[in-house]
Amino acid sequence: MAVDYNATPLLHVENLKQHFRISRNYTTKAVDGISFDIYEGETYGLVGESGSGKSTTGRAVIRLYDPTEGKIIFDGHDIGGKLSKKENDYLRKNMQMIFQDPMACLNPRKKVKEIIAQGLRIHHDYKSEEELTERVYQILEKVGLSREHATRYPQQFSGGQRQRIGIARALIMNPKLVIADEAISALDVSVQAQVVNLMKDLQQELGITYLFIAHDLSMVKYISDRIGVMHLGHIVETGTTNEIFDNPIHPYTKALLSAIPKANPVVEKKRIALSYDKAKEGVDYTVGSYHKITDTHTVLATDEEFAKWTK
Amino acid sequence: MSANKEKKDKVLSIRDLNISFETASGRVKAIRGVRMDLFKGETIAIVGESGSGKSVTVRAIMGILAGNGRIDSGRIEYSFTNEKGERETVDMTTLSQKEIRYHFSGKHIAMIFQDPMTSLDPTMQIGKQIMEGMIIHEGISKEEAKKRAIDLLAEVGIENPEKRFKEYPHQLSGGMRQRVVIAIALACNPDILICDEPTTALDVTIQAKILEVIKKLQVERNISVIFITHDLGVVAKVADYVDVMYAGRIIEKGSIDEIFYDPRHPYTWGLLASMPDTETNSDRLYAIPGTPPDLLKPITYDAFAPRNEYALAIDYKAEPPMFNVGGQHRVASWLCDERSPHAEMPAILKDRIERMREESEKYGS
Repeated sequence: MAVDYNATPLLHVENLKQHFRISRNYTTKAVDGISFDIYEGETYGLVGESGSGKSTTGRAVIRLYDPTEGKIIFDGHDIGGKLSKKENDYLRKNMQMIFQDPMACLNPRKKVKEIIAQGLRIHHDYKSEEELTERVYQILEKVGLSREHATRYPQQFSGGQRQRIGIARALIMNPKLVIADEAISALDVSVQAQVVNLMKDLQQELGITYLFIAHDLSMVKYISDRIGVMHLGHIVETGTTNEIFDNPIHPYTKALLSAIPKANPVVEKKRIALSYDKAKEGVDYTVGSYHKITDTHTVLATDEEFAKWTK
Repeated sequence: MSANKEKKDKVLSIRDLNISFETASGRVKAIRGVRMDLFKGETIAIVGESGSGKSVTVRAIMGILAGNGRIDSGRIEYSFTNEKGERETVDMTTLSQKEIRYHFSGKHIAMIFQDPMTSLDPTMQIGKQIMEGMIIHEGISKEEAKKRAIDLLAEVGIENPEKRFKEYPHQLSGGMRQRVVIAIALACNPDILICDEPTTALDVTIQAKILEVIKKLQVERNISVIFITHDLGVVAKVADYVDVMYAGRIIEKGSIDEIFYDPRHPYTWGLLASMPDTETNSDRLYAIPGTPPDLLKPITYDAFAPRNEYALAIDYKAEPPMFNVGGQHRVASWLCDERSPHAEMPAILKDRIERMREESEKYGS
């Protein structure tokens, strides 16, 4: 599906801050003023090391947290502040999440059918019990499981199958935006490929938009149209997938790219990954501003840093 | 080549190992006839999906199988130089768990686990945890042990070792914790270091650093390493030899170049091809269809056949033996039998190997 980048973005996030107060004089600034847009039908990849705030961003957007500051506009609805009943309903129906650990996110005491149907039940989004069952069967088949699986319990499935159940649960609501928070990192390599291919196929078929959060850059490359690189609560660089991979500007992006292991023994044995130390480089994210390289490619830097990095 | 091989010291030799687990639903044959040789100073990587038996194999070496596990047959022979300076070989399968613990764990064979938080004692200073093994196994004084522990901390790349010595695990980051675990493992100068997915719980940026530390120490101390992982990028970085496991069996083994540049088994093809790489621009990843077999049922044919698009009729009738395809390369696939039709690896993998070859030539060897 072609993505229309001139349309109004499906999700508009502006200066989002998510702080956690630990004690009277210490506050963790997990997300510290980030802005990004996601357009309908695309996949936006959010990458960074653990502690960079990428999961916090996802959770703040779907409002598992109350954002400290900032604007979140989702499909014309302002969901950044206190949610009214109407906005809450709209958000819960149209934005869904797929979690990292496929065992922990499924209720072990419920049958697969009940797990998948729970969203529809909560929102009374079905006319009869038969229709509900039929829709569960349809979605199961769509994610590559069969209707016999509906009466089983989560522990009877393998990791890849469980993640398919997680995907089915998210998709049965016909969401506009799906947030996949490290959805494949707990899976085996061969199964990862199956799940990523499934997510891509479903996007083609249903026109879903993904916010894909991951630390594995090579997987992100396969699935994303655009990528935002996060470090310590800031988006340090954002651009199309090709721009980030072919022409990284920020030293952190470069370090992250160089850390991807290559399946080539001769090369890999000699290669030493670049390291990036924010303090050593003297980079302060709070003073930098966004510099445009192209229309879609921006990097967070001060004027001097920008001149130095683009040399 | 073969004359060269004679000279190397064999430290570990596993022969026809069979292990099964008693479960509520029956006996699971987790390991089926594993054979493996480890030489001094070399690294073997065991690759495979979860449930393929890679962890069980190394746990059997350490004598830490789960309570319902049983070694049905086979030998695990470990050769070492004893206190008197003589070479000695023991069969680890004949020893009790207690004997292995008292005489071998930590001192001769050490292990690093996946999650550094669960392998460290949260109530104990990290320095004390490093000293523990030295004091018990070598009977040295506390002062001496402390000095060595601080040196070790510095060696694994921890800055300010004197200050860090007194800290507790929760004060360290994940990467730091794993460095401490490495220091503990190396405290008594073991011959064999077993790394069970040591970087899976860590970030990519830290993963590279940890692997570099392990490699550096291995070369300095001439340790043999068994590396368990499912990440082929990690394998490429650390291994000399690769064993690919599937459903409790080693289905392909060889030197790292043989496995990466000339893989023969369809499962290895699938593993290599399904790994995303940053150079290809195709939209779809190659995926191995299906799921691993259920080991509760006895396997009388090629366990990979149901997922194998190259499967031959014989794959459903008999399990393939290990075919010798030259060098140290062994493959358990009927495709390597001379009577089999020629099978071509997937195009995506062929392109990639071609590109890898060019790239490695540029790097020079």
